[in-house]
Amino acid sequence: MSHQDALFTYTLRQADDLLILSHRLSEWCGHGPVLEEDIALTNRALDHIGEARNLYMYAGQVEGKGRDEDALAYLRNERQFVNTKLVEQPNGDYAHTIVRSFLFDAYHLPLAEALTKSTDAQLAAIAAKAVKEAQYHVKHSSDWLIRFGDGTEESHRRAQEALDNLWTYTGDLFVMDELHQDLVKAGIAPDLTKIKAAFDATVDKVLAEATLKRPADGFMATGGRQGKHSEHLGFILAEMQYLQRAYPGAEW
Amino acid sequence: MITKDRILELLDYVKDPEIPAINVLELGVVRQVEVEPDGKAIITITPTYTGCPAMDVMAADIRKELLEAGVPAVEVRMSLSPAWTTDWITETGKRKLKEYGIAPPEKTADIRALKGEQPVVTCPQCGSTNTVMLSAFGSTACKALWKCNDCLEPFDQFKCL
Repeated sequence: MSHQDALFTYTLRQADDLLILSHRLSEWCGHGPVLEEDIALTNRALDHIGEARNLYMYAGQVEGKGRDEDALAYLRNERQFVNTKLVEQPNGDYAHTIVRSFLFDAYHLPLAEALTKSTDAQLAAIAAKAVKEAQYHVKHSSDWLIRFGDGTEESHRRAQEALDNLWTYTGDLFVMDELHQDLVKAGIAPDLTKIKAAFDATVDKVLAEATLKRPADGFMATGGRQGKHSEHLGFILAEMQYLQRAYPGAEW
Repeated sequence: MITKDRILELLDYVKDPEIPAINVLELGVVRQVEVEPDGKAIITITPTYTGCPAMDVMAADIRKELLEAGVPAVEVRMSLSPAWTTDWITETGKRKLKEYGIAPPEKTADIRALKGEQPVVTCPQCGSTNTVMLSAFGSTACKALWKCNDCLEPFDQFKCL
């Protein structure tokens, strides 16, 4: 694989994570449990889609085949998406939505911080912008997780259940295949074992305060980075891509 | 031939579409203004929030304002680095935000909110500092929702970034 192909795929991996999570969060629009949270989730969705858009634009430039951000978001099939399985998991109850975001945020913030030092100037610039927003995201999801875990018996039970259900998908975040390792050597991508250490520290700190138990690392459902997904992604794309598939080239 | 000074005067009229109380210069999003020998103006702007839908509108409004004033060609470039910070909002901008009913951002050095402490935010209505944050996310990407415990009015705060 050429350096250009590797950089393209690596940029897509980040962009796909953000786009799919953004889409999931946007599904809460008009359905939030309270008005403030409805607004918070859609704001977060906007932050994620903004970062995804920057990454897709850059991926398109790197690829050099004339694909823009819309072509990459709307005209690729399920197996061509390289997001983690974590972000495509359904919203479930609010505990599931918050835990899914918390696990992603605990990974995304240290990742963005590390990418600000990337030898790739554009990835570094996009990350520098994202870091500031990611700090607000971690704060938001941590606050809720602590409130749920250290709340009522029912909220504690649901938060623990969400954590137990979603933990298996966290492995996907830290998979370092050959492509990734090559980019680490080139100083473009960070070593994910370091990101994992920061993730662990955040998770342990927040779970302790939330009186929740960290699930054991058992079987991890990986494969998202290779385009192998849970059944949910197809349904997400069916809804998200419908307009561009039915009316190719349609514009607002 | 339109000078750089004239272009800056014209940019004074381009408002933030979501907070029309302040213009793009006061908001600190205009990073560079260049005029090429043939009169073409190149305006470099930087996004406030990455997903802020107002950025596309601002770019279009800048083009429109300058073209209507007789600038022969206009190019608006988007630059991500260095990342925008609320410290770039001018003092005039902060005063106008306050008059508009939005508490202006604190200095980013005062980023205590992220470390678990609440920053001291002054109510733009009555000037009280007895205020509390209701939600870190407000009506636009750049604002948080606050409430004043004295005059009991809710208000928007421009978040520190």
